[in-house]
Amino acid sequence: MKNEWPLYEVFIRSKNGLEHRHVGSLHASDAEMAIENARDVYTRRQEGVSIWVVPSSEITASNPENFGELFEPAEDKVYRHPTFYDLPHELKHI
Amino acid sequence: MEHSIEYLEKQFQDRIDRGENIEAKDWMPEKYRKTHIRQISQHAHSEIVGMLPEGNWITRAPSLRRKVALLAKVQDEAGHGLYLYSAAETLGISRDELFHQLHTGKAKYSSIFNYPAVTWADMGAIGWLVDGAAIINQVMLTRTSYGPYARAMVRICKEESFHQRQGYEIMITLCNGTEEQKAMAQDALNRWWWPSLMMFGPTDAESTHTEQSMKWKIKRKTNDELRQQFIDITIPQAEFLGLTVPDPDLKWNEERGHYDFGEIDWTEFWQVVKGFGPCNKERLKARNKAWDNGAWVREAALAYSEKQSKESIRKAV
Repeated sequence: MKNEWPLYEVFIRSKNGLEHRHVGSLHASDAEMAIENARDVYTRRQEGVSIWVVPSSEITASNPENFGELFEPAEDKVYRHPTFYDLPHELKHI
Repeated sequence: MEHSIEYLEKQFQDRIDRGENIEAKDWMPEKYRKTHIRQISQHAHSEIVGMLPEGNWITRAPSLRRKVALLAKVQDEAGHGLYLYSAAETLGISRDELFHQLHTGKAKYSSIFNYPAVTWADMGAIGWLVDGAAIINQVMLTRTSYGPYARAMVRICKEESFHQRQGYEIMITLCNGTEEQKAMAQDALNRWWWPSLMMFGPTDAESTHTEQSMKWKIKRKTNDELRQQFIDITIPQAEFLGLTVPDPDLKWNEERGHYDFGEIDWTEFWQVVKGFGPCNKERLKARNKAWDNGAWVREAALAYSEKQSKESIRKAV
């Protein structure tokens, strides 16, 4: 298997104004081929106006085991939300 | 096939007129790019400098509730600065250059932050009025033509609503308190009212950028329209508090369906813009000091990463 082409992650922008979204991945011998393949694999029905490809090996992902230390601290910070502040209902535009 | 600039500019304008967004790799007139770099970076700098008047009050907040709220608000502003700097970077300017422009005083930021926050009531007035005015401008900008800027604005607007509500809650509490506390709230309104109106920029007749910005849908409302919108929604909020807006000419105009208001002191506005406001020097000095004091952290992190990557190369060999 040492001749396997590298894996690329594919991101598609469906229309201008929206961000690129991750749609999946594919193998290609280089970035240029990855764009061409992504065009054929992911945008056959006009799903996109722009493609990004990134070598999968370049992505550093957070570890699910670290969920607690990464995300739990936000749980008890209710004061970051507008609803935490008690304002009278008759007040408008605020 | 090579197209002439005129042709490309016409195509570009047609796209804008059709309501399309422009993205980073699309062709755009050089002036569109430069205008955006200027506007987005000024906006980013305003978030960063905007932390300074409030940061001072974190340790002096009157309760834990107020302290965590203010801390969270200042933290959000740092985040908003970062969203905006990265939107500016999509246009081909580096973070170093953006910071250099801020630290040398070459770049502007919102003049409102050159006024001092002298009492606790100012934390209320800033949240209510300054964030209130910023929200009016930013809601408009969620529909601006440049994609990365518009998307940053959507995220910012979602987070900003709490800033204004915590400010207004401070105002309500003070207004329901002792005579002195209510007087403190009134004093803060007196000092922040006019500078807040100036946040929308010069009048349409005086504004040099408005016409082109409207044509390119960078802005979708003029300075005067936004200012009027702000006044119309803020007056009832002041009345609810039982406070008086410091403008003797302010009155409801039935015919227009808007409030009429007095003349803004544009001499003061230009003085502050040009660097002669009450705190211009102090803000720039504080910002430079924070940057310089953080230098060793930036250097140490980089040195550590370089060492780690050398280690992994050595181990691989």
